[in-house]
Amino acid sequence: MFTNFWPNLAKVWGRYWGLFLEGAGLTLLLSFITVLFGTVLGSLLALARRSRLKVISVPASGYVEVIRGTPLLLQLYLITFLLPEVLPMLNLSKFASVTVALVLNSAAYVCEIVRAGIQAVDPGQAEAARTLGLNARQTMTRIVLPQAVKNILPALGNEFVTVIKETSLASTFFVGDLMTVYKTAQGATFTVIEPFLIVGVIYFVLTFSLSKLINAFERRLKASD
Amino acid sequence: MIETVNLVKNFGSLGVLDGISETIHKGEVISIIGPSGSGKSTFLRCLNLLEVPTSGQVIFDGVSLTDKGVDINLHRQKMGMVFQHFNVFPHLTVKENITLAPVLLKKLSPAQADKRADELLQRIGLQDKANEHPRRLSGGQKQRLAIVRALAMSPEVMLFDEPTSALDPEMVGEVLQVIKDLVGQGMTCVIVTHEMGFAREVSSRVFFMDEGRIHEQGSPADLFDRPKSPRTKAFLSKVLY
Repeated sequence: MFTNFWPNLAKVWGRYWGLFLEGAGLTLLLSFITVLFGTVLGSLLALARRSRLKVISVPASGYVEVIRGTPLLLQLYLITFLLPEVLPMLNLSKFASVTVALVLNSAAYVCEIVRAGIQAVDPGQAEAARTLGLNARQTMTRIVLPQAVKNILPALGNEFVTVIKETSLASTFFVGDLMTVYKTAQGATFTVIEPFLIVGVIYFVLTFSLSKLINAFERRLKASD
Repeated sequence: MIETVNLVKNFGSLGVLDGISETIHKGEVISIIGPSGSGKSTFLRCLNLLEVPTSGQVIFDGVSLTDKGVDINLHRQKMGMVFQHFNVFPHLTVKENITLAPVLLKKLSPAQADKRADELLQRIGLQDKANEHPRRLSGGQKQRLAIVRALAMSPEVMLFDEPTSALDPEMVGEVLQVIKDLVGQGMTCVIVTHEMGFAREVSSRVFFMDEGRIHEQGSPADLFDRPKSPRTKAFLSKVLY
């Protein structure tokens, strides 16, 4: 089985390298969109969870717990099958439905990242701002959030790395991401190990370089402290 | 100027303030002393509603702060507060620490605030640090910055919550000097402190708190030299040696 390993590897790469790179690009794009919208939605969720109004905080907490307590694959299935049924007028593509599912999932994790980032700011900071006469909103935007961002950004970078790997589940719906390309190449060349390895290496290169970038960025944030 | 009426504060089932009725007049300098856990800080933090009293009233300039519809933020602008752990804003420069609140709350124009910050920094000898971040300051410098940050809002009263307790010993003096200068200018001050010598020197009245009550109070001479209650005596014998 392994005698033809190197020739096969060369063959698969030679024939499909364009597709692999395209898949990698789509994986990055999908991850980026997910984290971007996940961050917007997750930040809103975090503020909702901190609300003093129970009608706002309880549903937000419930949402986060349910999303974090169930498998992503199940959420992907549910949403990609349900969404077109519930909202047929939107005429969502498979890619769009999968993206929505990933965003809804990521938002729950980002919510916890933002919440932890805010909680890590010394409560004395908010107290000092309030005693100067700043209201709750001014205290949040001028004093707490600028300091929380330093805790939040590196964690968001790690979320990006996680999402890159999780988008592989989207290949269940053949949306053209890196893992989907694996299936295509494997089906067409009847090789298993070789395209697997190629895909694995690409995932690793993506996540590893991103992690290194985040680390460098984190060091710079720390230095400015 | 500040009056508390039967002020009670409980944390869960733990009673911290046990019905304090007291009046602090304009121009007075009140030191609050007492053992830890006696409710000194909680009492101070109730005065600007940083802690919301369980029951009772805080009346400031004739307004009952706990009443519905009172804009507490407006009243807090007139009550400066200084904390044990300074709580200067690390993401702002020294000068921005001072100008943020007056400009944001439209007490001063940016130009006026800038000028005022220069004066205040001059006063505490930090003018050459104006554009640095507070991480470059020593503890004593941070606390002096925290004091003038509060002064930039031109408060009517200053509340000090153990302002020197977190300082290295050699920095206590410089912070106390700034407070002394303030007192000299006639600022109404309420100071929770463990610095007995300082309390004796600057105060017009001293409160001895124990178990959530003002157990004894009087002029510094009366309280420190002629304490009436055995508990006050016992406390003083432990801290004055």
